[in-house]
Amino acid sequence: MAETVVEMRHITKKFGEFKANDDISLSLHKGEILALLGENGAGKSTLMGMLSGLLETTSGEILINGKEVKMKNPREAKDYGIGMVHQHFMLIPAFTVLENIILGDEPIKKGVRIDYTGAAKRIKELSERYQLDIDIHAKVRDISVGMQQRVEIMKALYREANIFIFDEPTAALTPQEIKQLMKIFGALAKEGKSIIFITHKLKEIKQAADRCVVIRSGKVIDTVNVADTREEAMAEMMVGRKLRNSVEKQAVDQSKLVLDVSHLNVEKKGQARVKNLSLQVHSGEIVGIAGIDGNGQSELIEAITGMQKIKSGTVQIKDKDYTNKAVRKITEAGVGYIPEDRQTVGLQLPLTLAENLSLKNYYQQPANKYGVLNYQYINEHGQKLIKDYDIRSRNELEPVGSLSGGNQQKVVVAREIASDPDLLIAANPTRGVDVGAIEYIHEMINNERNSGKAVLLVSFELDEILKLSDRIVVMHEGEIVGEIDPKDTSSQELGLMMAGKKVQPNVQEAAQ
Amino acid sequence: MKFKVKSSWVVPLVAIIAGFVVGAIIMLIFGYDPIQNYGSLLSGAFGGVYSIGETMRNMTPLILTALGFSVASKAGFFNIGGSGQYLMGWFGSVIVALHFSNLPGWLLIIISILAGALLGGLWSGIAGVLRAYFGTSEVITTIMLNYISLYFVNFAVKDWLAGKGADSSPNIPAKASLRGNFLENLTANSTLHWGFLVAVLVCFVVWFYFNRMKSGFELRSVGLNEQASKYAGMNVKQTIIAAMLISGLLAGLGGALDGLGNFQNISVSNSLPQVGYDGMAVALLVNYSPIGIIFSALLFSALQIGGMSISVFSDTPTEIVSIVTAAIIFFVAIKYVIELLISKYNKKQKSKKMTIKQEGSGE
Repeated sequence: MAETVVEMRHITKKFGEFKANDDISLSLHKGEILALLGENGAGKSTLMGMLSGLLETTSGEILINGKEVKMKNPREAKDYGIGMVHQHFMLIPAFTVLENIILGDEPIKKGVRIDYTGAAKRIKELSERYQLDIDIHAKVRDISVGMQQRVEIMKALYREANIFIFDEPTAALTPQEIKQLMKIFGALAKEGKSIIFITHKLKEIKQAADRCVVIRSGKVIDTVNVADTREEAMAEMMVGRKLRNSVEKQAVDQSKLVLDVSHLNVEKKGQARVKNLSLQVHSGEIVGIAGIDGNGQSELIEAITGMQKIKSGTVQIKDKDYTNKAVRKITEAGVGYIPEDRQTVGLQLPLTLAENLSLKNYYQQPANKYGVLNYQYINEHGQKLIKDYDIRSRNELEPVGSLSGGNQQKVVVAREIASDPDLLIAANPTRGVDVGAIEYIHEMINNERNSGKAVLLVSFELDEILKLSDRIVVMHEGEIVGEIDPKDTSSQELGLMMAGKKVQPNVQEAAQ
Repeated sequence: MKFKVKSSWVVPLVAIIAGFVVGAIIMLIFGYDPIQNYGSLLSGAFGGVYSIGETMRNMTPLILTALGFSVASKAGFFNIGGSGQYLMGWFGSVIVALHFSNLPGWLLIIISILAGALLGGLWSGIAGVLRAYFGTSEVITTIMLNYISLYFVNFAVKDWLAGKGADSSPNIPAKASLRGNFLENLTANSTLHWGFLVAVLVCFVVWFYFNRMKSGFELRSVGLNEQASKYAGMNVKQTIIAAMLISGLLAGLGGALDGLGNFQNISVSNSLPQVGYDGMAVALLVNYSPIGIIFSALLFSALQIGGMSISVFSDTPTEIVSIVTAAIIFFVAIKYVIELLISKYNKKQKSKKMTIKQEGSGE
């Protein structure tokens, strides 16, 4: 057996009375890829936080290369050869890739000058060896998310890391970029580097990992050999119950046109973001908009909901014109809207759960009488939704900001669905939400469809689009580049279209 | 000890104590007696009905400029124009009281106060409109409006109200005054007037507005996060203008009450009234809590009124009071340090409790 590089023995971490990690043990071998699987809040990030020096253990010990270590900060962890690639990259957009890589460890020549040429040479060597393919002279703000991640990997390699920790590395990547990342994983492992990656995506574990540690509620449920374990088995270990990975679509009337967007043009900061786009959504159907982040999906949705000015074109809801109307007018027309960013748009974090659950009807009877708010009603309404939508919280007076991400999202979903809209617009409704909550939110959205509501779904997660949609349109650079039926589309095909390649499904079939 | 320290009242309390300690240290360094001086400060502010009356009278404009500042701050704006709005309110009330002196007393008082408040509201409303429609920084516009109000009022007093060669308007008719025999008898002829009760009442009104009313909720919401407020369908521009309007209305009301109750006339002045800036300090000390402002204004007023006695009974300069005041504000401004110390203290208590528990359970 290969030598063990990291061993965590009986690690317990307490935050106050709460045990985030309870007697966790794991080991990592040289050249091994280890997956850490668990729902949000299961304690994965806490565990890795201790390994990367961000947190201190309450009890238990960490051994690196067989020696017990006590790390007080990330800098010490780095000295032990541990490199962490965070979910949110820690790069400076205005700096070049090269400057970002050497930042904090600049090679100094003759006491004062930074040795850029020497650094560039070393980075080039590493880049070739590990197939990292990065352009070191580009500014970080100009490169893709996938390349930013490779820059982060390079930062760790440059600092001679032997142990890599990845926190949900595929969350923001396209299928092609994910493939490339998996290749890099392989190259790193072949050179004797060891990798731990946090994820809740089973497909990736199956693809890349050797072993998988499943964590639930702060405890290790099992450590399995990936090759001999089915995906479903790992999923059930993670959530502790059986999961359904499809939704039940009932036959409903899909004849009524609810949303009719025609020749829409939207500009933001002088740049055209939506170009001459037309789109229709009918009652009882879920239309999924697939596309890579930043291709005009957000602007399209903001234009429909009144958050963003429309330059030309029209938006009709139930045969009435709502082009450039006030947000409240559009809401009152029967539009529910789950925004992409719950923290800065969908919720007022310091306000209470009840206030947030009434954020769209606080001004109407019975919540508002003659300008005075009826807090008894608002709080009771809050209690009811908390119960109906299974929002985990102490009570309705708790500030929303103190809830977990999944529960915050449930607050938004509950508010928007409880208002009984005819058109539900959902933008990345399950971003950063754990598997249990994803399943629940998917079911809620599908229920809306089954009860005859029109649903417009924007998502960067292909699985989500494929699972929920009746129809899929693909957006690229502000335009719809194709429409496909989810029943006969693979995620590979969809991925190519998202990258801007106009693929004719039937042509491809003929070629095969 | 089991109890957990809450930062909402500890921060101001710690700041106040620390402010007084700093004042005492400075007095010791320069060879003055802090105990004697703080003693005369206390008796100057509260030692007898007359002093108490003066302290309460002095609280009136402090409360209202503080409330005005709070309303703007809750909506996310930094209204530095309290002084100008107060001055406009003062001017508006006096000019109306002089001009319509043939109206019955109660009506004259009401329209004079309203005129002052509205003029103050108009003054900040200008800044609100500029901010809502053009994104102009309210910090700059309110400072500029302060100077415009100062020179406008000076011009108007000299040109319209004062007699030839005089620098002050005539006194308002007695029936327009907010002073009363009852209050004068109660407080041994202090200048306490009915405006004080109005100010305290308005604190509760503003509390109700913030916490119970629809537009107060919208104001807080816009102050917390404009994006989310827009998403919720609120009219952000309208709320911004309303917040600034109400803010100036309150400061203007402070000026009107002071004009009709305290000064009884208006004079040419070569600087902006300090009370607008003091109101900011009063509000900051209690983190914009409308009810807290009553207590905070009491403290600042007592420092100002009591401070005058310091130089009467010793040769310590009165300026020591300004040092104490400034130190208190300084300690409020670094409240994050105080909060940090509190949370450390709370953590320590907790871990102590836990270790006791663990030891108790016996291993």
